[in-house]
Amino acid sequence: MRIQLFGTCLIDTMFPETGEATVRLLRHFGVEIGYPDGQTCCGKPADSGGYSRESKKAAEHFISVFDRTEGPIIIPSGSCASMVKNHYPELFKDDERMRQKAEAIAGRTHELSQFLVHVLKVHEAGLSGTGRITYHASCQLTRELGVLEEPMLLLQSLNGAEFVDLPHSDRCCGFGGIFMAKLPEVSMALADEKVDTILSTGADTVTGCDHGCLMNIADAVKRRGSAVRVKHIAAVLAEGLK
Amino acid sequence: MNHSTSSIPFRENAVKALSNSALRGAMRNATETFAIKRADAVAALPLEELREEASELRLHVLNNLSEYVDRFEMNAVRAGAKVHRAKDSEAARGIIASILQDHGIGRVVKSKSMVSEEIHLNDYLQEVGITVVETDLGEYIIQIAGEGPSHIIVPAIHKDRRQVGQLFAEKLGCEYSDDPAVLTGVAKKILREEFLSAKAGISGANFAVAESGSIVLFTNEGNGRMCTSLPPLHIAVLSIEKIIPSLADLPKFIRLLPRSATGQTITSYLSVLTGSRKPGESTGAQEMHIVLLDNGRSELVSGEYREMFKCIRCGACLNACPVYRVVGGHAYGSTYPGPMGIVLTALLEGMERAKSLLDATTLCGACGDVCPVKVPLPRLLRLLRERRVEQGLTPRLEQNAMAGFGRVVEKPFLFHLGQIAGHVFWPAVKKFGPGDAVGRMPRPVSRTFRERFA
Repeated sequence: MRIQLFGTCLIDTMFPETGEATVRLLRHFGVEIGYPDGQTCCGKPADSGGYSRESKKAAEHFISVFDRTEGPIIIPSGSCASMVKNHYPELFKDDERMRQKAEAIAGRTHELSQFLVHVLKVHEAGLSGTGRITYHASCQLTRELGVLEEPMLLLQSLNGAEFVDLPHSDRCCGFGGIFMAKLPEVSMALADEKVDTILSTGADTVTGCDHGCLMNIADAVKRRGSAVRVKHIAAVLAEGLK
Repeated sequence: MNHSTSSIPFRENAVKALSNSALRGAMRNATETFAIKRADAVAALPLEELREEASELRLHVLNNLSEYVDRFEMNAVRAGAKVHRAKDSEAARGIIASILQDHGIGRVVKSKSMVSEEIHLNDYLQEVGITVVETDLGEYIIQIAGEGPSHIIVPAIHKDRRQVGQLFAEKLGCEYSDDPAVLTGVAKKILREEFLSAKAGISGANFAVAESGSIVLFTNEGNGRMCTSLPPLHIAVLSIEKIIPSLADLPKFIRLLPRSATGQTITSYLSVLTGSRKPGESTGAQEMHIVLLDNGRSELVSGEYREMFKCIRCGACLNACPVYRVVGGHAYGSTYPGPMGIVLTALLEGMERAKSLLDATTLCGACGDVCPVKVPLPRLLRLLRERRVEQGLTPRLEQNAMAGFGRVVEKPFLFHLGQIAGHVFWPAVKKFGPGDAVGRMPRPVSRTFRERFA
């Protein structure tokens, strides 16, 4: 099988190891990976800020890049995947030609954990892992994409690792894209509460499917001086491939 | 009276609230308790079905609002009430004040009503020499504290019992106690006297029934029916969208509202008031006035924000909102706080006033998930942000940054250049300080994933 990977601007710019882990993971399961040239950002930051002209530009560009390709589009981020799947068709609701294109792209798009569980059945094979792992359910992944069980199935299937539930797992960590920049104090307060619950589980690793949230949580963990590892689910799963 | 049109300084308010440990503790306890009780209470319901039905019914009313208002008015008049239509807050305040003045009334008991907060009724009546005594315990607490409600259902949610104890000792001259039973007893004694001597009562309404002209009140302390049936004069003030077609529709909302609000299966008191006291009846006000507040609603329900007015004021979105939970209601600086409050403030008080308030959401979607009538709050919040951008009401720096984003996002070469610049200039950018978002993000890498993958 051949898929097209959208790396997301955060992974591309700040967390390339997560991109590499995603590639190793998918290749391990026999997936061939295309990485379309010219990809940039899905437009989510502009979209949630209300800058629809800019988010449309991003969407048009994304669609033009992936329109030329075939096969499933895999995105290792719940919020970017939701942007493409849910918001793109909405952005072009008054433009029939673009809306059709947007819907075609949306139909091909899968968030990474969705794809791993529903298409590759990774959880049935079970990779290996270590330590106590807990999971933060990011907002758009959970509420907009409806991906609730998939990441947990993957984590629970890790041989040698222990999965522990996070209280209020789906409560917002305070990232919120533009929110983090506009209300930094509130954002930090929410991240601190999130870290309190993470520490209460005794986990040594916290994971999730969105680097935005993980970045916010990692900062709060660092402020706390805690040794808890904050890692994207792709990185956690790829560790077991060594 | 504070009828400012200047922008609400949400960030400043929020920072102040965050440093108030008593507030944060009280907020955490209360919202946590409501969330748990709500989850238990709705578990027994066919929740999704009920939400869908309630949402459709509310939308049906909004789509035919003027007919329903007419029908309600006709039937309320037929039942013996006097109905007044108020186009805006000023008109509503004036109507209420003149009814009271016509009767020579200088002191009035009031049951909790958010619409009366919306029209700043208490301040106005005070100005014209009429004293208002709030009789909902929470509302009474904040009234003697000189504050406004910080929650639409639980007005004193931000106070713990020690603060209430201190407040009572200071303002009411009683002995300090932080025992809720003792404090309730103190208030009860005072309020009982007020009820018995009051010549007029003011209430809001949770619903108004078009087919019967009745108003419906949900209360937990019985103060609602004391205010509405004990004094000879009763004035109900409500906004027009509170109408439901018939009494047969009420059970749906009886099942949804208290459960969504406080996790109760039903409120302690449910009053259905139809007109004034009729010959042979032993209770009820001899004269009943109903003030129907429009305040822009009849226009708003025909536009893109229509669904906001499905809201039944349960407060579930407040309890679920991560931002509300840590900063409390006063930080919103407006009548209605939380997610529903941001939208209503923008609609009722204008974008200039609400522009910074629109940042008070992470768009996490928790509000939309809990809403019993499916108000699409995240979509409305996002839409308002779009309007804010169109009206040029975002900071210049942000506008420039977004314009820059728009220019590079479709030009991969420029985008990549921006990534390199980010890496190079990061140490300089970081000097903005640790409170800034940049200070909390890692430095952009020197070799992007794209370069590594290629």
